[in-house]
Amino acid sequence: MSTVRAGVPADRPPRRETGVANVFSHGFLLLWAAMTILPLAWMLLSSLKSNGEIIADPWGLPEALRFDNWARAWTTAHIGRFFLNSLVVVAGSLSLTMLLGATAAYVFARYEFRGRQVVYYLFVGGMMFPVFLALVPLFFVVRSVGLLGTWPGLILVYTAYSLPFTVFFLTAFFRTLPTSVAEAAMIDGCGHFRLFFRVMLPMARPGLISVGIFNFLSHWNQFLLPQVLIPGDGPNRMLAQGLSSLAVSQGYAGDYAQLFAGLTIAVLPVLVVYVAFQRQIQAGLTAGQLK
Amino acid sequence: MRHGRLPLILSFLLPPLAIYGIFVLSPYLQAFQISTTDWLGYSAQADQVGLANFRTLLHDGYVWNALRNNAILLAVVPVVTIALGLFFASMLTMGGRKGRAGVTGVRGTALYRLVYFFPQVLSVVIIALLWKEIYSPTSGLLNGALRAIGLAEPPAWLGDPRFAFWCVLAVMVWSNVGFYVVLFGAAMQAIPRDIYEAVLLDGASRATMLRKITIPLLWDTIQVAWIYLAIAALDGFILVQLMTNGGPNFSSDVIGLRMYDTSFGSENKFGYASAIGVAMFFLTLSVAVLALRTARRDRIEYS
Repeated sequence: MSTVRAGVPADRPPRRETGVANVFSHGFLLLWAAMTILPLAWMLLSSLKSNGEIIADPWGLPEALRFDNWARAWTTAHIGRFFLNSLVVVAGSLSLTMLLGATAAYVFARYEFRGRQVVYYLFVGGMMFPVFLALVPLFFVVRSVGLLGTWPGLILVYTAYSLPFTVFFLTAFFRTLPTSVAEAAMIDGCGHFRLFFRVMLPMARPGLISVGIFNFLSHWNQFLLPQVLIPGDGPNRMLAQGLSSLAVSQGYAGDYAQLFAGLTIAVLPVLVVYVAFQRQIQAGLTAGQLK
Repeated sequence: MRHGRLPLILSFLLPPLAIYGIFVLSPYLQAFQISTTDWLGYSAQADQVGLANFRTLLHDGYVWNALRNNAILLAVVPVVTIALGLFFASMLTMGGRKGRAGVTGVRGTALYRLVYFFPQVLSVVIIALLWKEIYSPTSGLLNGALRAIGLAEPPAWLGDPRFAFWCVLAVMVWSNVGFYVVLFGAAMQAIPRDIYEAVLLDGASRATMLRKITIPLLWDTIQVAWIYLAIAALDGFILVQLMTNGGPNFSSDVIGLRMYDTSFGSENKFGYASAIGVAMFFLTLSVAVLALRTARRDRIEYS
Protein backbone atom coordinates (compact mmCIF):
# COMPACT_ATOMS: atom_id res chain seq x y z
CA MET A 1 0.00 0.00 0.00
CA SER A 2 2.73 2.38 0.89
CA THR A 3 5.77 0.91 -0.79
CA VAL A 4 8.07 3.25 -2.57
CA ARG A 5 8.51 1.80 -6.02
CA ALA A 6 11.80 3.26 -7.07
CA GLY A 7 12.08 1.13 -10.18
CA VAL A 8 8.92 2.30 -11.95
CA PRO A 9 9.76 4.40 -15.01
CA ALA A 10 8.56 7.97 -15.00
CA ASP A 11 6.27 7.61 -17.99
CA ARG A 12 4.34 4.70 -16.51
CA PRO A 13 2.69 5.78 -13.24
CA PRO A 14 0.95 3.00 -11.26
CA ARG A 15 -2.43 3.59 -12.82
CA ARG A 16 -4.39 0.57 -11.68
CA GLU A 17 -3.69 1.15 -8.02
CA THR A 18 -4.79 4.80 -8.15
CA GLY A 19 -7.86 3.91 -10.17
CA VAL A 20 -9.18 1.67 -7.42
CA ALA A 21 -7.99 4.06 -4.73
CA ASN A 22 -9.76 6.90 -6.50
CA VAL A 23 -13.15 5.19 -6.56
CA PHE A 24 -12.66 4.13 -2.98
CA SER A 25 -11.67 7.51 -1.60
CA HIS A 26 -14.12 9.38 -3.78
CA GLY A 27 -16.74 7.25 -2.11
CA PHE A 28 -15.57 8.48 1.28
CA LEU A 29 -15.66 12.09 0.13
CA LEU A 30 -19.23 11.63 -1.06
CA LEU A 31 -20.20 9.84 2.13
CA TRP A 32 -18.96 12.69 4.31
CA ALA A 33 -20.67 15.26 2.10
CA ALA A 34 -23.90 13.31 2.51
CA MET A 35 -23.40 13.13 6.27
CA THR A 36 -23.05 16.90 6.35
CA ILE A 37 -25.96 17.74 4.07
CA LEU A 38 -28.42 15.08 5.18
CA PRO A 39 -29.09 16.47 8.70
CA LEU A 40 -29.65 19.94 7.29
CA ALA A 41 -31.88 18.72 4.48
CA TRP A 42 -33.84 16.64 6.97
CA MET A 43 -34.27 19.67 9.22
CA LEU A 44 -35.59 21.72 6.30
CA LEU A 45 -37.99 18.99 5.13
CA SER A 46 -39.24 18.24 8.64
CA SER A 47 -39.93 21.92 9.18
CA LEU A 48 -42.48 21.65 6.37
CA LYS A 49 -44.16 18.45 7.55
CA SER A 50 -47.00 17.94 9.99
CA ASN A 51 -46.22 16.46 13.40
CA GLY A 52 -48.06 13.30 12.40
CA GLU A 53 -45.87 12.90 9.33
CA ILE A 54 -42.69 13.46 11.33
CA ILE A 55 -43.52 10.74 13.84
CA ALA A 56 -44.91 8.27 11.31
CA ASP A 57 -41.96 8.37 8.89
CA PRO A 58 -38.79 10.38 9.59
CA TRP A 59 -37.57 9.78 6.03
CA GLY A 60 -40.84 10.60 4.29
CA LEU A 61 -41.43 13.68 2.18
CA PRO A 62 -44.03 16.23 3.27
CA GLU A 63 -47.43 15.78 1.67
CA ALA A 64 -47.97 19.51 1.56
CA LEU A 65 -45.52 22.31 2.33
CA ARG A 66 -46.70 23.57 5.70
CA PHE A 67 -45.16 26.97 6.05
CA ASP A 68 -47.52 27.60 8.97
CA ASN A 69 -44.90 25.76 11.08
CA TRP A 70 -42.53 28.59 10.30
CA ALA A 71 -45.17 31.17 11.16
CA ARG A 72 -45.81 29.39 14.46
CA ALA A 73 -42.10 29.33 15.32
CA TRP A 74 -41.72 32.97 14.33
CA THR A 75 -44.65 34.25 16.40
CA THR A 76 -45.62 31.74 19.11
CA ALA A 77 -42.06 30.76 19.98
CA HIS A 78 -40.84 34.33 19.32
CA ILE A 79 -37.93 33.10 17.21
CA GLY A 80 -38.31 36.22 15.10
CA ARG A 81 -37.89 38.48 18.09
CA PHE A 82 -34.94 36.50 19.47
CA PHE A 83 -33.31 36.63 16.07
CA LEU A 84 -33.55 40.43 16.03
CA ASN A 85 -32.29 40.59 19.63
CA SER A 86 -29.20 38.63 18.68
CA LEU A 87 -28.69 40.80 15.63
CA VAL A 88 -28.80 44.02 17.67
CA VAL A 89 -26.49 42.71 20.39
CA VAL A 90 -23.97 41.28 17.93
CA ALA A 91 -24.00 44.51 15.90
CA GLY A 92 -23.15 46.40 19.08
CA SER A 93 -20.57 43.98 20.44
CA LEU A 94 -18.88 43.51 17.06
CA SER A 95 -18.54 47.27 16.45
CA LEU A 96 -17.20 47.85 19.94
CA THR A 97 -14.78 44.91 19.72
CA MET A 98 -13.41 46.06 16.38
CA LEU A 99 -13.04 49.69 17.45
CA LEU A 100 -11.38 48.99 20.80
CA GLY A 101 -9.39 46.06 19.43
CA ALA A 102 -8.00 48.05 16.51
CA THR A 103 -7.07 51.08 18.61
CA ALA A 104 -5.36 49.04 21.31
CA ALA A 105 -3.54 46.85 18.77
CA TYR A 106 -2.36 49.94 16.92
CA VAL A 107 -0.81 51.38 20.05
CA PHE A 108 0.87 48.07 20.92
CA ALA A 109 2.22 47.70 17.40
CA ARG A 110 3.35 51.24 16.68
CA TYR A 111 4.19 53.09 19.88
CA GLU A 112 7.05 52.60 22.30
CA PHE A 113 6.34 53.34 25.93
CA ARG A 114 7.40 52.02 29.28
CA GLY A 115 5.72 48.81 30.37
CA ARG A 116 4.33 48.10 26.91
CA GLN A 117 5.39 44.46 26.91
CA VAL A 118 3.88 43.84 30.34
CA VAL A 119 0.55 45.44 29.49
CA TYR A 120 0.47 43.60 26.16
CA TYR A 121 1.02 40.18 27.68
CA LEU A 122 -1.41 40.86 30.50
CA PHE A 123 -3.97 41.74 27.89
CA VAL A 124 -3.34 38.90 25.47
CA GLY A 125 -2.93 36.38 28.30
CA GLY A 126 -6.72 36.42 28.66
CA MET A 127 -6.84 34.01 25.71
CA MET A 128 -5.39 31.25 27.86
CA PHE A 129 -8.15 31.15 30.47
CA PRO A 130 -11.31 29.08 30.13
CA VAL A 131 -14.48 31.21 30.44
CA PHE A 132 -15.79 28.73 32.99
CA LEU A 133 -13.29 29.97 35.52
CA ALA A 134 -14.71 33.50 35.39
CA LEU A 135 -18.38 32.51 35.30
CA VAL A 136 -19.36 32.93 38.95
CA PRO A 137 -17.56 36.22 39.69
CA LEU A 138 -18.56 37.59 36.28
CA PHE A 139 -22.21 37.15 37.17
CA PHE A 140 -21.72 39.27 40.30
CA VAL A 141 -19.55 41.87 38.57
CA VAL A 142 -22.22 42.41 35.92
CA ARG A 143 -24.92 42.49 38.60
CA SER A 144 -23.02 45.00 40.73
CA VAL A 145 -22.72 47.46 37.83
CA GLY A 146 -26.46 47.06 37.30
CA LEU A 147 -26.21 45.45 33.87
CA LEU A 148 -27.50 41.96 34.67
CA GLY A 149 -30.18 40.91 32.21
CA THR A 150 -29.48 43.82 29.87
CA TRP A 151 -28.08 44.04 26.38
CA PRO A 152 -25.39 46.63 27.20
CA GLY A 153 -24.09 44.21 29.82
CA LEU A 154 -23.92 41.41 27.28
CA ILE A 155 -22.29 43.69 24.68
CA LEU A 156 -19.58 44.77 27.12
CA VAL A 157 -18.88 41.20 28.21
CA TYR A 158 -18.73 39.84 24.64
CA THR A 159 -16.34 42.67 23.81
CA ALA A 160 -14.17 42.10 26.87
CA TYR A 161 -13.75 38.39 26.12
CA SER A 162 -13.04 38.97 22.42
CA LEU A 163 -10.45 41.68 22.96
CA PRO A 164 -7.44 39.46 23.83
CA PHE A 165 -7.57 37.52 20.59
CA THR A 166 -8.55 40.55 18.51
CA VAL A 167 -5.67 42.61 19.90
CA PHE A 168 -3.26 39.72 19.47
CA PHE A 169 -4.25 39.22 15.86
CA LEU A 170 -4.38 42.89 14.89
CA THR A 171 -1.10 43.80 16.64
CA ALA A 172 0.64 41.22 14.47
CA PHE A 173 -1.17 42.63 11.47
CA PHE A 174 -0.31 46.28 12.14
CA ARG A 175 3.33 45.28 12.54
CA THR A 176 3.38 43.88 9.01
CA LEU A 177 2.25 47.20 7.49
CA PRO A 178 5.07 49.28 5.96
CA THR A 179 6.27 52.18 8.11
CA SER A 180 7.19 54.30 5.10
CA VAL A 181 3.59 55.31 4.41
CA ALA A 182 3.11 56.46 7.99
CA GLU A 183 6.37 58.41 7.94
CA ALA A 184 5.45 60.13 4.69
CA ALA A 185 2.07 61.11 6.09
CA MET A 186 3.71 62.46 9.27
CA ILE A 187 6.13 64.57 7.21
CA ASP A 188 3.15 65.97 5.33
CA GLY A 189 1.85 67.17 8.68
CA CYS A 190 -0.66 64.44 9.42
CA GLY A 191 -1.50 64.21 13.15
CA HIS A 192 -1.46 61.01 15.16
CA PHE A 193 -5.24 60.54 15.20
CA ARG A 194 -5.68 61.42 11.54
CA LEU A 195 -2.89 59.03 10.63
CA PHE A 196 -4.70 56.18 12.35
CA PHE A 197 -8.17 56.77 11.00
CA ARG A 198 -7.29 57.92 7.48
CA VAL A 199 -4.16 55.93 6.67
CA MET A 200 -3.50 52.96 8.95
CA LEU A 201 -7.05 51.71 9.49
CA PRO A 202 -7.83 51.50 5.74
CA MET A 203 -4.52 49.73 5.19
CA ALA A 204 -5.42 47.14 7.83
CA ARG A 205 -8.70 46.25 6.11
CA PRO A 206 -7.86 42.61 5.25
CA GLY A 207 -6.89 41.90 8.85
CA LEU A 208 -9.96 43.66 10.18
CA ILE A 209 -12.22 41.62 7.91
CA SER A 210 -10.63 38.32 8.99
CA VAL A 211 -10.89 38.95 12.68
CA GLY A 212 -14.30 40.59 12.22
CA ILE A 213 -15.73 37.44 10.64
CA PHE A 214 -14.20 35.35 13.40
CA ASN A 215 -15.71 37.57 16.08
CA PHE A 216 -19.09 37.78 14.39
CA LEU A 217 -19.53 34.02 14.43
CA SER A 218 -18.26 33.60 17.96
CA HIS A 219 -20.61 36.33 19.27
CA TRP A 220 -23.54 35.07 17.22
CA ASN A 221 -23.05 31.53 18.51
CA GLN A 222 -22.62 32.41 22.19
CA PHE A 223 -24.75 30.38 24.55
CA LEU A 224 -23.01 30.14 27.90
CA LEU A 225 -22.62 33.89 28.52
CA PRO A 226 -26.21 34.89 27.69
CA GLN A 227 -27.45 31.91 29.66
CA VAL A 228 -25.73 33.27 32.77
CA LEU A 229 -26.07 37.02 32.13
CA ILE A 230 -29.65 37.13 30.82
CA PRO A 231 -31.30 34.72 33.24
CA GLY A 232 -34.97 33.87 33.35
CA ASP A 233 -37.26 33.62 30.35
CA GLY A 234 -37.77 37.25 29.43
CA PRO A 235 -38.35 38.59 25.93
CA ASN A 236 -34.85 40.06 25.65
CA ARG A 237 -33.02 36.74 25.43
CA MET A 238 -30.70 35.72 22.61
CA LEU A 239 -31.56 33.39 19.73
CA ALA A 240 -29.56 30.48 21.14
CA GLN A 241 -31.51 30.69 24.40
CA GLY A 242 -34.82 30.96 22.56
CA LEU A 243 -34.02 27.86 20.53
CA SER A 244 -33.00 25.84 23.55
CA SER A 245 -36.18 26.71 25.44
CA LEU A 246 -38.20 25.99 22.30
CA ALA A 247 -36.59 22.53 22.34
CA VAL A 248 -37.61 22.08 25.97
CA SER A 249 -41.22 23.13 25.42
CA GLN A 250 -41.36 20.99 22.26
CA GLY A 251 -40.47 18.04 24.45
CA TYR A 252 -43.67 18.59 26.44
CA ALA A 253 -46.00 19.66 23.65
CA GLY A 254 -44.75 17.25 21.00
CA ASP A 255 -44.64 20.03 18.41
CA TYR A 256 -41.63 18.74 16.47
CA ALA A 257 -42.44 20.71 13.36
CA GLN A 258 -42.25 23.98 15.23
CA LEU A 259 -38.79 23.15 16.58
CA PHE A 260 -37.52 22.21 13.12
CA ALA A 261 -39.02 25.42 11.74
CA GLY A 262 -37.31 27.45 14.44
CA LEU A 263 -33.96 25.78 13.73
CA THR A 264 -34.39 26.32 9.99
CA ILE A 265 -35.17 30.00 10.49
CA ALA A 266 -32.00 30.33 12.55
CA VAL A 267 -29.83 28.40 10.09
CA LEU A 268 -30.95 29.70 6.69
CA PRO A 269 -29.68 33.32 6.88
CA VAL A 270 -26.31 32.23 8.21
CA LEU A 271 -25.99 29.59 5.51
CA VAL A 272 -26.97 32.04 2.76
CA VAL A 273 -24.39 34.58 3.94
CA TYR A 274 -21.80 31.82 4.17
CA VAL A 275 -22.41 30.57 0.65
CA ALA A 276 -22.23 34.13 -0.68
CA PHE A 277 -18.98 35.01 1.08
CA GLN A 278 -17.55 31.52 1.28
CA ARG A 279 -13.96 32.35 0.51
CA GLN A 280 -13.67 35.31 2.89
CA ILE A 281 -15.39 33.43 5.71
CA GLN A 282 -13.21 30.33 5.37
CA ALA A 283 -10.09 32.49 5.14
CA GLY A 284 -11.14 34.59 8.12
CA LEU A 285 -11.88 31.62 10.35
CA THR A 286 -8.77 29.64 9.43
CA ALA A 287 -6.54 32.71 9.78
CA GLY A 288 -7.89 33.06 13.29
CA GLN A 289 -6.71 29.58 14.16
CA LEU A 290 -3.36 29.59 12.37
CA LYS A 291 -1.88 32.49 14.29
CA MET B 1 6.22 65.68 15.82
CA ARG B 2 5.59 64.29 19.28
CA HIS B 3 2.49 66.40 19.62
CA GLY B 4 -0.64 64.27 20.04
CA ARG B 5 1.31 61.14 20.88
CA LEU B 6 0.33 60.82 24.52
CA PRO B 7 -3.36 61.70 24.00
CA LEU B 8 -3.55 59.00 21.37
CA ILE B 9 -1.91 56.34 23.51
CA LEU B 10 -4.15 57.14 26.46
CA SER B 11 -7.43 57.41 24.57
CA PHE B 12 -6.70 54.31 22.51
CA LEU B 13 -5.51 52.14 25.35
CA LEU B 14 -7.53 53.08 28.42
CA PRO B 15 -11.08 52.15 27.31
CA PRO B 16 -10.18 48.62 26.18
CA LEU B 17 -8.02 48.13 29.25
CA ALA B 18 -10.83 49.27 31.53
CA ILE B 19 -13.36 46.89 29.98
CA TYR B 20 -10.83 44.07 30.04
CA GLY B 21 -9.89 44.75 33.64
CA ILE B 22 -13.47 44.89 34.90
CA PHE B 23 -15.01 41.98 33.01
CA VAL B 24 -12.09 39.60 32.41
CA LEU B 25 -9.19 40.17 34.74
CA SER B 26 -11.06 40.88 37.96
CA PRO B 27 -13.44 37.89 37.62
CA TYR B 28 -10.50 35.57 36.99
CA LEU B 29 -8.69 36.85 40.07
CA GLN B 30 -11.85 36.71 42.17
CA ALA B 31 -12.47 33.15 41.06
CA PHE B 32 -9.28 32.01 42.74
CA GLN B 33 -10.30 33.79 45.91
CA ILE B 34 -13.91 32.51 45.88
CA SER B 35 -12.63 28.97 45.40
CA THR B 36 -11.26 29.10 48.95
CA THR B 37 -14.63 30.02 50.51
CA ASP B 38 -17.79 28.10 51.31
CA TRP B 39 -19.98 30.72 49.64
CA LEU B 40 -23.46 29.31 49.15
CA GLY B 41 -25.91 31.03 46.90
CA TYR B 42 -26.80 34.66 46.86
CA SER B 43 -26.20 35.56 50.49
CA ALA B 44 -23.22 37.66 51.44
CA GLN B 45 -22.18 35.05 53.97
CA ALA B 46 -18.91 33.43 52.93
CA ASP B 47 -16.23 32.03 55.20
CA GLN B 48 -12.66 31.23 54.35
CA VAL B 49 -12.23 27.49 54.28
CA GLY B 50 -8.75 27.32 52.80
CA LEU B 51 -8.27 24.36 50.53
CA ALA B 52 -11.27 22.43 51.85
CA ASN B 53 -13.10 22.73 48.52
CA PHE B 54 -10.19 21.16 46.72
CA ARG B 55 -10.09 18.32 49.23
CA THR B 56 -13.80 17.70 48.64
CA LEU B 57 -13.08 17.82 44.93
CA LEU B 58 -10.58 15.00 45.19
CA HIS B 59 -13.22 12.72 46.70
CA ASP B 60 -16.17 13.84 44.58
CA GLY B 61 -17.22 10.83 42.52
CA TYR B 62 -19.33 12.97 40.17
CA VAL B 63 -16.38 15.18 39.35
CA TRP B 64 -14.15 12.18 38.64
CA ASN B 65 -16.87 10.62 36.52
CA ALA B 66 -17.12 13.83 34.48
CA LEU B 67 -13.34 14.08 34.22
CA ARG B 68 -13.15 10.53 32.94
CA ASN B 69 -15.50 11.45 30.11
CA ASN B 70 -13.41 14.52 29.31
CA ALA B 71 -10.33 12.29 29.26
CA ILE B 72 -12.01 10.00 26.73
CA LEU B 73 -12.96 13.02 24.61
CA LEU B 74 -9.37 14.21 24.87
CA ALA B 75 -8.00 10.86 23.74
CA VAL B 76 -10.43 10.28 20.88
CA VAL B 77 -11.71 13.55 19.40
CA PRO B 78 -8.40 15.17 18.33
CA VAL B 79 -6.99 11.98 16.80
CA VAL B 80 -10.11 11.08 14.84
CA THR B 81 -10.81 14.64 13.74
CA ILE B 82 -7.26 15.29 12.58
CA ALA B 83 -7.04 11.93 10.80
CA LEU B 84 -10.29 12.52 8.92
CA GLY B 85 -9.31 16.14 8.23
CA LEU B 86 -5.95 15.12 6.77
CA PHE B 87 -7.47 12.34 4.71
CA PHE B 88 -10.18 14.50 3.15
CA ALA B 89 -7.89 17.50 2.69
CA SER B 90 -5.27 15.44 0.89
CA MET B 91 -7.98 13.95 -1.33
CA LEU B 92 -9.22 17.40 -2.18
CA THR B 93 -5.84 18.97 -2.90
CA MET B 94 -4.07 16.08 -4.61
CA GLY B 95 -6.40 13.14 -4.98
CA GLY B 96 -7.08 13.82 -8.66
CA ARG B 97 -5.99 11.57 -11.49
CA LYS B 98 -2.41 11.97 -12.53
CA GLY B 99 -2.48 13.67 -15.86
CA ARG B 100 -0.30 16.14 -17.62
CA ALA B 101 -1.22 18.82 -15.14
CA GLY B 102 0.64 16.96 -12.40
CA VAL B 103 -0.86 16.92 -8.90
CA THR B 104 -4.42 18.20 -8.67
CA GLY B 105 -7.47 17.76 -6.49
CA VAL B 106 -10.44 15.57 -7.29
CA ARG B 107 -13.27 16.93 -9.35
CA GLY B 108 -15.70 19.12 -7.46
CA THR B 109 -13.12 20.16 -4.86
CA ALA B 110 -14.64 23.61 -4.45
CA LEU B 111 -18.09 22.16 -3.86
CA TYR B 112 -16.81 19.66 -1.29
CA ARG B 113 -14.99 22.40 0.53
CA LEU B 114 -18.15 24.52 0.59
CA VAL B 115 -20.25 21.68 2.01
CA TYR B 116 -17.74 20.32 4.51
CA PHE B 117 -17.47 23.70 6.18
CA PHE B 118 -21.23 23.98 6.86
CA PRO B 119 -21.13 22.81 10.51
CA GLN B 120 -18.54 25.45 11.31
CA VAL B 121 -20.94 28.33 10.62
CA LEU B 122 -23.80 26.74 12.55
CA SER B 123 -23.96 27.51 16.23
CA VAL B 124 -23.21 24.64 18.59
CA VAL B 125 -26.70 25.09 20.06
CA ILE B 126 -28.30 24.37 16.70
CA ILE B 127 -25.99 21.40 16.10
CA ALA B 128 -26.86 19.98 19.51
CA LEU B 129 -30.62 20.39 19.09
CA LEU B 130 -30.61 19.03 15.54
CA TRP B 131 -28.63 15.93 16.47
CA LYS B 132 -30.77 15.34 19.48
CA GLU B 133 -33.68 14.98 17.07
CA ILE B 134 -31.62 12.81 14.71
CA TYR B 135 -30.91 10.41 17.58
CA SER B 136 -34.53 10.47 18.76
CA PRO B 137 -35.68 6.86 19.35
CA THR B 138 -39.02 7.16 17.60
CA SER B 139 -38.97 10.06 15.18
CA GLY B 140 -35.23 10.33 14.52
CA LEU B 141 -33.44 10.12 11.22
CA LEU B 142 -31.05 7.44 12.46
CA ASN B 143 -33.61 5.00 13.80
CA GLY B 144 -35.82 5.67 10.80
CA ALA B 145 -32.98 4.34 8.65
CA LEU B 146 -32.27 1.41 10.97
CA ARG B 147 -35.92 0.37 10.95
CA ALA B 148 -35.99 0.68 7.16
CA ILE B 149 -33.16 -1.86 6.85
CA GLY B 150 -35.04 -4.26 9.08
CA LEU B 151 -33.84 -3.59 12.62
CA ALA B 152 -37.00 -4.08 14.66
CA GLU B 153 -35.83 -2.47 17.89
CA PRO B 154 -33.04 0.04 17.32
CA PRO B 155 -31.32 1.51 20.41
CA ALA B 156 -32.59 4.59 22.22
CA TRP B 157 -29.17 6.26 21.66
CA LEU B 158 -29.20 9.32 23.93
CA GLY B 159 -31.55 7.53 26.32
CA ASP B 160 -29.21 4.58 26.70
CA PRO B 161 -26.29 4.94 29.12
CA ARG B 162 -24.19 2.66 26.95
CA PHE B 163 -24.43 4.90 23.90
CA ALA B 164 -25.28 8.45 25.04
CA PHE B 165 -21.71 9.61 25.58
CA TRP B 166 -20.44 8.15 22.31
CA CYS B 167 -23.31 9.79 20.43
CA VAL B 168 -22.21 13.16 21.78
CA LEU B 169 -18.60 12.38 20.93
CA ALA B 170 -19.58 11.55 17.35
CA VAL B 171 -21.34 14.90 17.02
CA MET B 172 -18.24 16.66 18.32
CA VAL B 173 -16.16 15.03 15.60
CA TRP B 174 -18.82 15.68 12.97
CA SER B 175 -18.95 19.38 13.78
CA ASN B 176 -15.16 19.85 13.68
CA VAL B 177 -13.91 17.80 10.73
CA GLY B 178 -14.95 20.27 8.02
CA PHE B 179 -13.02 23.10 9.57
CA TYR B 180 -9.82 21.09 9.65
CA VAL B 181 -10.31 19.92 6.07
CA VAL B 182 -10.25 23.58 5.03
CA LEU B 183 -7.41 24.46 7.40
CA PHE B 184 -5.20 21.57 6.28
CA GLY B 185 -6.21 22.13 2.67
CA ALA B 186 -4.97 25.72 2.81
CA ALA B 187 -1.69 24.58 4.36
CA MET B 188 -1.27 21.82 1.75
CA GLN B 189 -1.77 24.28 -1.05
CA ALA B 190 1.21 26.23 0.27
CA ILE B 191 3.48 23.21 -0.29
CA PRO B 192 5.27 23.57 -3.64
CA ARG B 193 3.77 21.30 -6.29
CA ASP B 194 7.15 20.22 -7.65
CA ILE B 195 7.98 18.38 -4.43
CA TYR B 196 4.97 16.13 -5.00
CA GLU B 197 5.68 15.75 -8.67
CA ALA B 198 9.24 14.71 -7.97
CA VAL B 199 8.09 12.13 -5.42
CA LEU B 200 5.43 10.83 -7.80
CA LEU B 201 8.03 10.45 -10.55
CA ASP B 202 10.02 8.35 -8.13
CA GLY B 203 6.98 6.11 -7.94
CA ALA B 204 5.68 6.87 -4.43
CA SER B 205 2.08 5.97 -3.65
CA ARG B 206 -0.49 8.41 -2.34
CA ALA B 207 -0.27 6.97 1.16
CA THR B 208 3.52 7.28 1.22
CA MET B 209 3.24 10.84 -0.01
CA LEU B 210 0.82 11.73 2.77
CA ARG B 211 2.92 10.03 5.42
CA LYS B 212 6.41 11.05 4.35
CA ILE B 213 5.88 14.46 2.76
CA THR B 214 2.58 16.09 3.66
CA ILE B 215 2.32 15.35 7.36
CA PRO B 216 5.91 16.38 8.21
CA LEU B 217 5.51 19.60 6.22
CA LEU B 218 2.16 20.30 7.87
CA TRP B 219 3.37 19.54 11.37
CA ASP B 220 3.01 23.10 12.68
CA THR B 221 -0.60 23.30 11.54
CA ILE B 222 -1.38 19.88 12.97
CA GLN B 223 0.11 20.95 16.27
CA VAL B 224 -2.16 24.00 16.41
CA ALA B 225 -5.14 21.83 15.49
CA TRP B 226 -4.20 19.43 18.26
CA ILE B 227 -4.17 22.12 20.91
CA TYR B 228 -7.48 23.64 19.81
CA LEU B 229 -9.18 20.25 19.67
CA ALA B 230 -7.76 19.31 23.07
CA ILE B 231 -9.19 22.48 24.57
CA ALA B 232 -12.53 21.78 22.88
CA ALA B 233 -12.47 18.24 24.28
CA LEU B 234 -12.05 19.60 27.80
CA ASP B 235 -15.19 21.69 27.29
CA GLY B 236 -18.06 20.01 25.45
CA PHE B 237 -20.50 21.78 27.75
CA ILE B 238 -23.07 23.01 25.23
CA LEU B 239 -23.35 19.72 23.33
CA VAL B 240 -23.72 17.69 26.50
CA GLN B 241 -26.08 20.06 28.28
CA LEU B 242 -28.47 20.33 25.37
CA MET B 243 -28.29 16.76 24.07
CA THR B 244 -28.29 14.68 27.26
CA ASN B 245 -27.87 17.10 30.19
CA GLY B 246 -25.18 14.70 31.35
CA GLY B 247 -27.48 11.72 31.53
CA PRO B 248 -28.75 9.14 31.56
CA ASN B 249 -27.48 8.60 35.07
CA PHE B 250 -24.42 10.89 34.57
CA SER B 251 -23.08 8.61 31.82
CA SER B 252 -22.32 11.56 29.52
CA ASP B 253 -21.41 14.17 32.12
CA VAL B 254 -18.51 16.55 31.50
CA ILE B 255 -16.61 18.80 33.87
CA GLY B 256 -18.02 22.04 32.40
CA LEU B 257 -21.55 20.86 33.04
CA ARG B 258 -20.58 19.81 36.57
CA MET B 259 -19.40 23.34 37.22
CA TYR B 260 -22.44 24.97 35.62
CA ASP B 261 -24.84 22.75 37.54
CA THR B 262 -23.04 23.39 40.81
CA SER B 263 -23.22 27.18 40.36
CA PHE B 264 -26.22 28.10 38.22
CA GLY B 265 -28.12 24.83 37.90
CA SER B 266 -29.46 22.57 40.61
CA GLU B 267 -27.27 24.16 43.30
CA ASN B 268 -25.67 27.53 44.03
CA LYS B 269 -22.45 26.39 45.64
CA PHE B 270 -20.38 29.24 44.28
CA GLY B 271 -17.30 28.46 46.34
CA TYR B 272 -17.18 24.83 45.31
CA ALA B 273 -18.01 25.66 41.68
CA SER B 274 -15.12 28.12 41.57
CA ALA B 275 -12.84 25.39 42.86
CA ILE B 276 -13.96 23.23 39.93
CA GLY B 277 -13.24 26.21 37.67
CA VAL B 278 -9.73 26.57 39.08
CA ALA B 279 -9.14 22.86 38.56
CA MET B 280 -10.36 23.22 34.96
CA PHE B 281 -7.97 26.10 34.43
CA PHE B 282 -4.94 24.13 35.54
CA LEU B 283 -6.13 21.14 33.55
CA THR B 284 -6.52 23.17 30.36
CA LEU B 285 -3.17 24.82 30.89
CA SER B 286 -1.30 21.57 31.46
CA VAL B 287 -2.98 19.86 28.51
CA ALA B 288 -1.99 22.76 26.25
CA VAL B 289 1.59 22.70 27.52
CA LEU B 290 1.72 18.92 27.23
CA ALA B 291 0.37 18.99 23.69
CA LEU B 292 2.96 21.59 22.74
CA ARG B 293 5.80 19.58 24.23
CA THR B 294 4.92 16.17 22.80
CA ALA B 295 4.26 17.70 19.42
CA ARG B 296 7.59 19.46 19.45
CA ARG B 297 9.47 16.29 20.26
CA ASP B 298 7.80 14.45 17.41
CA ARG B 299 8.71 17.19 15.05
CA ILE B 300 12.40 16.75 15.74
CA GLU B 301 12.07 13.06 15.04
CA TYR B 302 10.55 13.77 11.66
CA SER B 303 12.89 16.40 10.36
